[in-house]
Amino acid sequence: MSEPILKIDNLRTSFRIKDDYYPAVDGVSLTVNKNELLAIVGESGCGKSALAFSIMNLHSRAKIEGNINFKGQNIVNLPTSKLNKLRGKDMGMIFQDPLTALNPLMIIGEQIGEILLIHGTNSAEKRKERVLELLNKVGIPRPEHVFNQFPHELSGGMRQRVVIAMAIANNPELLIADEPTTALDVTIQSQILDLIKELKEESGAGVILITHDLGVVAEMADRVAVMYAGQIVEIADVYTLFENPLHPYTRSLLNSVPTANEEQSTLHVIQGVVPALQNLPREGCRFGARIPWIADSAHEKNPQLHEVSPGHFVRCTCYKDFHFPDRDKEGNRHVVS
Amino acid sequence: MSYLEVKDLKVHFPVKGGLFGRTLAHIKAVDGVNFSIEKGKTYGLVGESGSGKTTTGRAIIGLNKITSGQVFFEGQDITNLNKANKDIRRDIQMIFQDPYSSLNPKKRVIDIISEPLRNYEKLTKGEETKRVQELLELVGLNPESILKYPHEFSGGQRQRIGIARAIALKPKLIIADEPVSALDVSVQAQVLNFMKEIQKELGLTYLFISHDLGVIKHMCDQIGIMYKGRYVESGTKEDIFNHPQHIYTKRLVAAIPDMNPRNRQQHLQFRQEVKNEYEQAYNQYFDDEGLAFQLQPVSDTHLVALPEKG
Amino acid sequence: MWKFSIRRIMIMIPQVILLSIIVFMLAKMMPGDALTGLIDPNVDPNTIAEKREELGLNDPWYEQYTRWVAGVFTGDLGQSFHFKMPVSELVWQRIVNSFWLSLLTLVLTYLIAIPLGITSGRYNDSWADRLITGYTYIGFAAPLFIFALVMLWIFGFHLGWFPTGGSVKPGLTPGTFEYVMSKLYHMLLPALSMALITTVSTVQYLRSEIIDTKQKDFILTARAKGASESRVYNRHILRNSLLPIAAFFGYEITGLIGGSIFIENIFGYPGMGQLFLNSILLRDYSVVTSLVLLFGILTILGTLLSDIILSLVDPRIRIK
Ligand SMILES: Nc1ncnc2c1ncn2[C@@H]1O[C@H](COP(=O)(O)OP(=O)(O)OP(=O)(O)O)[C@@H](O)[C@H]1O
Ligand SMILES: Nc1ncnc2c1ncn2[C@@H]1O[C@H](COP(=O)(O)OP(=O)(O)OP(=O)(O)O)[C@@H](O)[C@H]1O
Ligand code: SF4
Ligand SMILES: [Mg+2]
Ligand SMILES: [Mg+2]
Repeated sequence: MSEPILKIDNLRTSFRIKDDYYPAVDGVSLTVNKNELLAIVGESGCGKSALAFSIMNLHSRAKIEGNINFKGQNIVNLPTSKLNKLRGKDMGMIFQDPLTALNPLMIIGEQIGEILLIHGTNSAEKRKERVLELLNKVGIPRPEHVFNQFPHELSGGMRQRVVIAMAIANNPELLIADEPTTALDVTIQSQILDLIKELKEESGAGVILITHDLGVVAEMADRVAVMYAGQIVEIADVYTLFENPLHPYTRSLLNSVPTANEEQSTLHVIQGVVPALQNLPREGCRFGARIPWIADSAHEKNPQLHEVSPGHFVRCTCYKDFHFPDRDKEGNRHVVS
Repeated sequence: MSYLEVKDLKVHFPVKGGLFGRTLAHIKAVDGVNFSIEKGKTYGLVGESGSGKTTTGRAIIGLNKITSGQVFFEGQDITNLNKANKDIRRDIQMIFQDPYSSLNPKKRVIDIISEPLRNYEKLTKGEETKRVQELLELVGLNPESILKYPHEFSGGQRQRIGIARAIALKPKLIIADEPVSALDVSVQAQVLNFMKEIQKELGLTYLFISHDLGVIKHMCDQIGIMYKGRYVESGTKEDIFNHPQHIYTKRLVAAIPDMNPRNRQQHLQFRQEVKNEYEQAYNQYFDDEGLAFQLQPVSDTHLVALPEKG
Repeated sequence: MWKFSIRRIMIMIPQVILLSIIVFMLAKMMPGDALTGLIDPNVDPNTIAEKREELGLNDPWYEQYTRWVAGVFTGDLGQSFHFKMPVSELVWQRIVNSFWLSLLTLVLTYLIAIPLGITSGRYNDSWADRLITGYTYIGFAAPLFIFALVMLWIFGFHLGWFPTGGSVKPGLTPGTFEYVMSKLYHMLLPALSMALITTVSTVQYLRSEIIDTKQKDFILTARAKGASESRVYNRHILRNSLLPIAAFFGYEITGLIGGSIFIENIFGYPGMGQLFLNSILLRDYSVVTSLVLLFGILTILGTLLSDIILSLVDPRIRIK
């Protein structure tokens, strides 16, 4: 059943700042299986987009090291000409902001048609036929009309549907969606997410869904990877992650969502901020600085991912000792002195 | 008498066009909105993008011209706030949507926060600095950062600067326009907690605008749902979340993700059902122009824009 | 679209009227009038005064202005006292020459600007880009007339590759192939001199447009589609960067007018620019005012053209 289509091994993506390279993705390993939706969550700047862009090799200036195995070959630093045979065909991408992801001077039909043309649909008629079919599939009313429209004539939700139509045009085996609904309204958000899910189930593709909305994760994901400061700190199937989160960061995140809390209580706040790329500690646990009430001696030196139960990995060994400042280890509230 | 009362508020923007830039039509950004807020409470205004939430907030503090209707604050008519006396104006402040662009990047923190002070109070330099430092401390920022520029702060910290500016004159009512929409969950939690804290401490009243129902549920006592410039429903948190009556409200509530992954199948089904109901009943709940009907009471606290009988 | 153009033209009308009033006033402020040149200085001042009265030169300015405007509309721009012929006839000859020179300059400008701008923008920060940027800086810094003089001296006098004056070799019959070639030959050096300088702003503009477009999100989309590098450039980056350049076209015309005054004088090319400077030196005011009016109208037309082109090529404006 679980047949991997993407296997990332020790991926490291570094950006050049001044004269040095700093890894924004720092030793990430993960797999995505057929017909599986892997959600990647984490706060702003933790390297989610950097990871997604590395898979498609869309960074203009970055050093990418490690292994990304896709369809039996390592695609890291694959020559662009070879990569172009995969991009848009076997892997598709949905971007965050549908307002800027489309070329403002091209009609919708031409933009979706282009991806078909690039990958070998030479007949203009066949392309048009397929574009209309795709527009229909992503739920755009009056496809014939939209075909000849320019992006600025469509609403945000419609544009995101167009972007999705484009990403699935060649029935990719891997679909990467980088915060596909952050720029959209709640009602439209749920429609778009339902659409992505439907498409996944229909085609059996593997999907990587990047988001910082844990509600979205709970609704969509099969498996979840939690990222912090360029590393995966916890990875598990969705039920385990929500029911038995182990890593302090995961637990903090889950506690800071308004809907997750008893009404009117105060929300949990993660102290401090994610340090800038240049200032990330490369030694010791990266999360340590944000849970100052846990004594330094409690932390593992350089925490590695440990498998705590089948398929559940945590980058921390002292999670058993972790507790929130206002609660004891059993989770019972006590008044902070 | 309620603390803030908005009566049949209308804000129409002219659409110019044609050869001579005549006014061709009006965008009815806010089209007959009524609500009232009690002292010390938080009132939530929800709706999709473009439904007129921001415009309503701006009209109350006099940043948008009111086409018709009235706004009362502490029983006084403040519809034309510009002409009304200065004290009322300082009692109402606004926090803006985007912490990244709402602070002037060229100004230092002290200048940003003391701007309202300079307009209303004559303080000496020393007094001013002291006040700003007190305010910074109150919002949980280091008082020594008065000489920094906005870009030296994180998003959450910037939003706190915006709040410090808003509370500088000790206002009684704060209009918060999507104060956390641009922020990350953990930072969002920080700002929300803080807003609640100062509400208690200073006895503030909030008009809280957001499209995130999770946040609204957490923060608000009373809620109004807007659609295309009109109200479709209003009531207590209980009324809206547990007994939504209007199909649009139901749709919004159904769109809130369920945090328990085990419920997802069920929830998806529910969402589909609501969607179908919405599509089928659309013509029943909205008039020929796709606008909501007049509100009608279904209980003491709960008003719904139900189709007129007959 | 039509509405847009009509509105632009409507806005243009008061501009032209204002321009004509300014030109008329300037002409009136200059010493002397139409008679100063026509009449023999020995003639009795009384006769001149009579003549003045007869021609209406003592009438209030607005009456004179109305008459002048009526004249302009019927193609009567007055008399050139130096050339002793109607201004309209004189200007017409020169317009044709200037038109061809400007056209060639424009063609050369774009022939230079597009490849350089594209190279520079696409491979920014490469040595080629640095070279091209260096050239644009020189182009910005070098005054046109000095550069033109240097070109004339090197290629005209020193190497003798190009003629140093005139617009055609004398004695050729108009319409023959030789005649056309000779015309082209005479235009080439002045046009190239001007193009080499005026093109730098277009090169820079195109460069920054391309660098800008390169970073747009939809370029990422194109790459994610698997588009080859050449496709990304030809279909997405160029198309979107050339658009503002196209809109720049009208303004380019405005620049040409200024440039032609220098160029035509330096290369002794009988066009409007040369006529303009000569007429000023000779105090041939009726010619000067006519030319100022003409240049002004051309400038306004250029701006109009830019707006219309932009609205034609940019769907975001076109729809409105
Ligand atoms: N081109 C770049 N050059 C230098 N640093 C970069 C570049 N792109 C990203 N970074 C840095 O790398 C880190 C990870 O960025 P990334 O965009 O992957 O974050 P993210 O998790 O996608 O955040 P968000 O939720 O805000 O989109 C950040 O610290 C960011 O500042
Ligand atoms: N100054 C203005 N002139 C003309 N139209 C305006 C103006 N301000 C707002 N509008 C229009 O009024 C309507 C309501 O806008 P408003 O900003 O109040 O919506 P909103 O509910 O705050 O939406 P969002 O969630 O996107 O902030 C929109 O259609 C908007 O385009
Ligand atoms: S090792 Fe310590 S700091 Fe690191 S995640 Fe575990 S508890 Fe947190
Ligand atoms: Mg990102
Ligand atoms: Mg708004």
